[in-house]
Amino acid sequence: MIELILDPFKYDFMIRSLITAFASGAMLSILGPFAINRNMGFMADAMAHATLPIIAVGVFLGFSISELGVPAAILIAIFLGIIIKNTNVGEDTAIGIIFSSFFALGFVLISLLNVTINLEDLLFGQILAVSTSDVYIVVSLLTIVFLIVIVYFKQLLFYSFDPIGAEVKGLNTTFLNYLFLILLSIAIVGSLQTVGIILVLSMLIIPAAAAKLVTDTFVTSIKVSVLFGVVSSITGLYLSYFLNLPSGPSMSLVATTIFVLAFLSNKIRKKGSLATVTIS
Amino acid sequence: MDTKEVNSVNTPLIVSDGCCVHFGNAPALEGVNFSINRGRKVAVVGPNGGGKSTLFNALAGLIPLTEGSLKIDGKSPNEAKGKVSYVPQKDLINWNFPLSVKQVVEMGVTTNKVSSLFNRKKINDKIKKALQDVGLEEKINDNIKSLSGGQLQRVLIARALAQDSEILLLDEAFSAVDIGAQEDIMQLINSINLDGKTILIATHDVNNLEEKFDEVLCLNKHCCAYGDPSEVLTPEVIEEMYGSHTELFMNKSHFKTEGNNSND
Repeated sequence: MIELILDPFKYDFMIRSLITAFASGAMLSILGPFAINRNMGFMADAMAHATLPIIAVGVFLGFSISELGVPAAILIAIFLGIIIKNTNVGEDTAIGIIFSSFFALGFVLISLLNVTINLEDLLFGQILAVSTSDVYIVVSLLTIVFLIVIVYFKQLLFYSFDPIGAEVKGLNTTFLNYLFLILLSIAIVGSLQTVGIILVLSMLIIPAAAAKLVTDTFVTSIKVSVLFGVVSSITGLYLSYFLNLPSGPSMSLVATTIFVLAFLSNKIRKKGSLATVTIS
Repeated sequence: MDTKEVNSVNTPLIVSDGCCVHFGNAPALEGVNFSINRGRKVAVVGPNGGGKSTLFNALAGLIPLTEGSLKIDGKSPNEAKGKVSYVPQKDLINWNFPLSVKQVVEMGVTTNKVSSLFNRKKINDKIKKALQDVGLEEKINDNIKSLSGGQLQRVLIARALAQDSEILLLDEAFSAVDIGAQEDIMQLINSINLDGKTILIATHDVNNLEEKFDEVLCLNKHCCAYGDPSEVLTPEVIEEMYGSHTELFMNKSHFKTEGNNSND
């Protein structure tokens, strides 16, 4: 068993992939509980899709996807924040417009600029191709996200729970809104090589949703979400290594399996407590 | 002499002078004038869309005035942030978050300064005191999802008390809670008021206002009347606010008509 676990460590590319998978899994699932409780899944999906034109131009100019991470994330977060705030068509509609139009623009730019990108890798992830500098960047992004969430936890929680109350209290809600959008965008862009544009949403929301089913408090749900996220990404990578499966979809399916188990456990727990109440 | 008498020195705390708020071309408040003294307990009544929540939002510095002025202790609502705590309508809060009572009350002491969160003992003392004041100290570690509507309202009031502000705004504090919980909340508000806080409560219940409140502010986009409930709640004012429903209130309410109190 231990031999099986250690087997991938014979290869440098697998060590890089495991570190990246850990960092991506942790980074997305720290923010997941905030995102699902604020119903921001669609927004996160739009952020992932909106990266395509930036990646197209960036790669055309000679940058890697990881190197584009922070500036692209800030640009997308600010742009989405401004558009949603200043259009009167409704948040969902505004996100939908950005989502589809940016994705379309990305494909057009890839074609126009004749950029050599493997679209399948971009859409579904290709973690085995990460370089050493990519690993440093993704680990740095995890550190940034982790530290900022720790430092601003109380403020982000207040703003997420009761934005009006937070504004009346005098919190800088505009700053907190953009701070969270930027963190989310950083986690998404930083994880594109791991799970790709299409599947990044699954690693953001599925571990968090599973954690919500088996925990009672928000802080515990973050800890359990991180555990589920890391287990999903590492286990998915092992499955892809041993069974020769695509890595991104494997991670996503492991996360889904965890969610199904959490769902069943939640149902059994509720039935148990109902039975206890009936007997007493 | 009780605390309220000491603090209620008849000095105006909230002054609205021709306050107007428009949303696009639609007026929400037009030329509203009133002056509320420190330590008063004021009911803000009016029909749906009459401007109660708009006035609270303006007082809380959430929306700008189109015309006129609104002063809190001589300052604009934006400058006076911190002096006002706001208990919003319950549907404006994201109840998805599985938070403990303690976490919600702690929001009352959360500021922009990250360093202010390190003084745990002082913060915990404030949370405990606020929860004692609303009678929920034993619920401190409970999940808010396990509380009743009345208890949730008291948790939000505890959050406002932890903020230690001078003015408390409660928007629809009595909606979606049963009569017993309404009585509990009113008793709680009375005790907070005795500590010298100025309290404004938006409510749809115009019955027995003179028993519960020092003053009533009647709004229907403009200020229909402001003053002692037993004096200003006349049939004319009720009609100005609620139009064709006047008869309903005249038959059921306890307001005083000219020279004839319906309670008598």
